[in-house]
Amino acid sequence: MPLASYALGMMDASVYAPEVFARGLPSTPQSSAVGIVPAGSIADAAAPLLALQGIGLSFGGVVALADIELSVNPGEIRAIIGPNGAGKSSLINVISGVYRPDRGHVLLDGVRYGQVPTQRLAHLGVARTFQNLALFKGLSVLDNVASGLAYKVRSNFAGQVLGIGRSRGEQRDSLSRAGQILEFLDLTAVRDRLAGTLPYGLQKRVELARALVAEPRLLLLDEPMAGMTASEKSEMASFVRAARDRFATTVVLIEHDVGVVMGLSDRIAVLDYGRKIADATPDEVRNDQRVIDAYLGVASDNEDGAGI
Amino acid sequence: MAAITSDLTSAPVLPKWIAPVLLLAFAYGVVPLIGSSYLFEAILLPFLALGLAGVGLNILTGYAGQVSLGSAAFMAAGAFAAYNFNLRVEGLPLIGSIVLAGIVAAAIGIVFGLPSLRLKGFYLAVSTLAAQFFVQWALTKFSWFSNNSASGVIDAPRLSIGGLALDGAVGRYLFALTIVSILTFLAYRLVSSQTGRNFIAIRDNETAARIIGIPVLKTKLLAFAISSFIIGVAGVIWAFAYLRTVEPDGFDLDRSFQILFIIIIGGLASIRGAFFGAALIVVFPLGLSRLGGFLLGDVFDSGVLDMSQRIVLGALIILFLILEPDGLVALWDRIRRRLLFAWQST
Ligand SMILES: Nc1ncnc2c1ncn2[C@@H]1O[C@H](COP(=O)(O)OP(=O)(O)OP(=O)(O)O)[C@@H](O)[C@H]1O
Ligand SMILES: [Mg+2]
Repeated sequence: MPLASYALGMMDASVYAPEVFARGLPSTPQSSAVGIVPAGSIADAAAPLLALQGIGLSFGGVVALADIELSVNPGEIRAIIGPNGAGKSSLINVISGVYRPDRGHVLLDGVRYGQVPTQRLAHLGVARTFQNLALFKGLSVLDNVASGLAYKVRSNFAGQVLGIGRSRGEQRDSLSRAGQILEFLDLTAVRDRLAGTLPYGLQKRVELARALVAEPRLLLLDEPMAGMTASEKSEMASFVRAARDRFATTVVLIEHDVGVVMGLSDRIAVLDYGRKIADATPDEVRNDQRVIDAYLGVASDNEDGAGI
Repeated sequence: MAAITSDLTSAPVLPKWIAPVLLLAFAYGVVPLIGSSYLFEAILLPFLALGLAGVGLNILTGYAGQVSLGSAAFMAAGAFAAYNFNLRVEGLPLIGSIVLAGIVAAAIGIVFGLPSLRLKGFYLAVSTLAAQFFVQWALTKFSWFSNNSASGVIDAPRLSIGGLALDGAVGRYLFALTIVSILTFLAYRLVSSQTGRNFIAIRDNETAARIIGIPVLKTKLLAFAISSFIIGVAGVIWAFAYLRTVEPDGFDLDRSFQILFIIIIGGLASIRGAFFGAALIVVFPLGLSRLGGFLLGDVFDSGVLDMSQRIVLGALIILFLILEPDGLVALWDRIRRRLLFAWQST
């Protein structure tokens, strides 16, 4: 199923209707055959949008990920937490095809991949942000966000140079959609600034905008709030929640700040030394002894995000 | 849901097209009337050819971030291709030869751009040297390219567009000016299009560009093709309008570096910058030789001139890299803002 076009159709029909999310996304027939039962309690009715099966990845002698199973249901905010070096970013890199796992498979919407095709990621309806800023510094904020729609451009350079064919419509369309996302994330005031000149917190938000403009079905956020002040963090958290509600996007979120994570996510997976040591609702994770030992034991220090 | 755009800025700004249009009006309407043949032959013609080559390289290096040391090879490819199309294809108008020459240069650019799919930065720069050496070797080795002329030096064909002969200094100037203006305008349109944004995205963060679905390999090769097309046409202007001879020697590694210096001094990722840089590179040796001759008299012969040129130019590039990495364009914009500000506050 062409996910991207599906998501777009949805955007056109009922742009800002939360009921789209409530209705849920249609499940594909294959995905039920996968037979992964989500560990969590909320959404065993729907088939997972994303599933990881026995993912293993090592760098030289370092085991970054070992036998990871994970399922993410449509519409949920799925947090991944764990100490530094636990393998969280590696996991996102596997899901987005930046890394090829040594073992295991990624199932996106029921389709099995050994390595997710990065070049087609946007077409598959997946968008991501990076732990270290990955904006295009030499482009304006608006152009950065519009570039999130580059995967849909079908006009060629000659048409664009001469301003003929479908290039005009595409250009107008992507700029106006980028403008809408900027408004949604309260970035309109800086739309013409060069992205590289913005303060760190705003750059993080522009990166979220660039990922969101494609209205992805699956949004992967690698520490979107790292290095932010408390008020910036809560602002960002509300943006993530609003994005989920508005675009019916499923979110995988890596975040160190346990307070933010507990409040924001539906289910939490906890990684430690590349292994998944817990996977449950926030309340259950909070009281899990292994999690407390590995990670939350120092919860009071962790409020600001350990070792960022 | 229409996004409200406010284009109102605090100071009244002239529309962007005013300056280029005035400049063109001056270049077409006034310069041909008042210019001496020295101005055309020694300054404006090389300035136009090198400026256009700078525009071409800037698309590849400044915008798309792919360093190249092969510019002179693409100029040579363009010049020789145009010469041979003109010689061997009967009834082909000059403009046709030039467009075909650009396409030949673009094809060679794609071939030598292939390493960019694997190599970056310094390693890529070294691999583009292959283009430089290969093209020069091929043009010297196979005398077919120079129509079996004994010296390897051949006269360029006479210039004419639509039956209008453009042989004199002014004619060749207008010929070059027209081609350069058209290609520069198209280049400007390109860099502000989605494709131009893709170039910058790949330059600034290749992984992120790939993730959001920009076809990275295709876009890189496109940058090589377009850049080489423009540089190839610049080579035609260099040989046909400026030198009026076609020879491989003028397109050596020195020329490649000269074009690289033009965009560094003028300003990377700026169309205007290429012309700023070209102006400096062309005018500077002339000024230096006048100054040297004035101060030192006969001691300042061509050997000394050549050496002092290299030294001063080298120093200039280092100065620019340290003090003004964004080039003459940034300097110019800053001065203009100051002046505007001073003028407004009076
Ligand atoms: N490209 C790589 N090359 C070599 N080792 C890597 C690479 N990427 C990750 N690693 C190693 O894999 C392990 C997991 O790293 P990862 O970045 O996934 O951790 P993380 O949980 O995201 O940590 P942090 O909270 O610091 O971001 C670490 O030991 C890291 O050094
Ligand atoms: Mg990480």
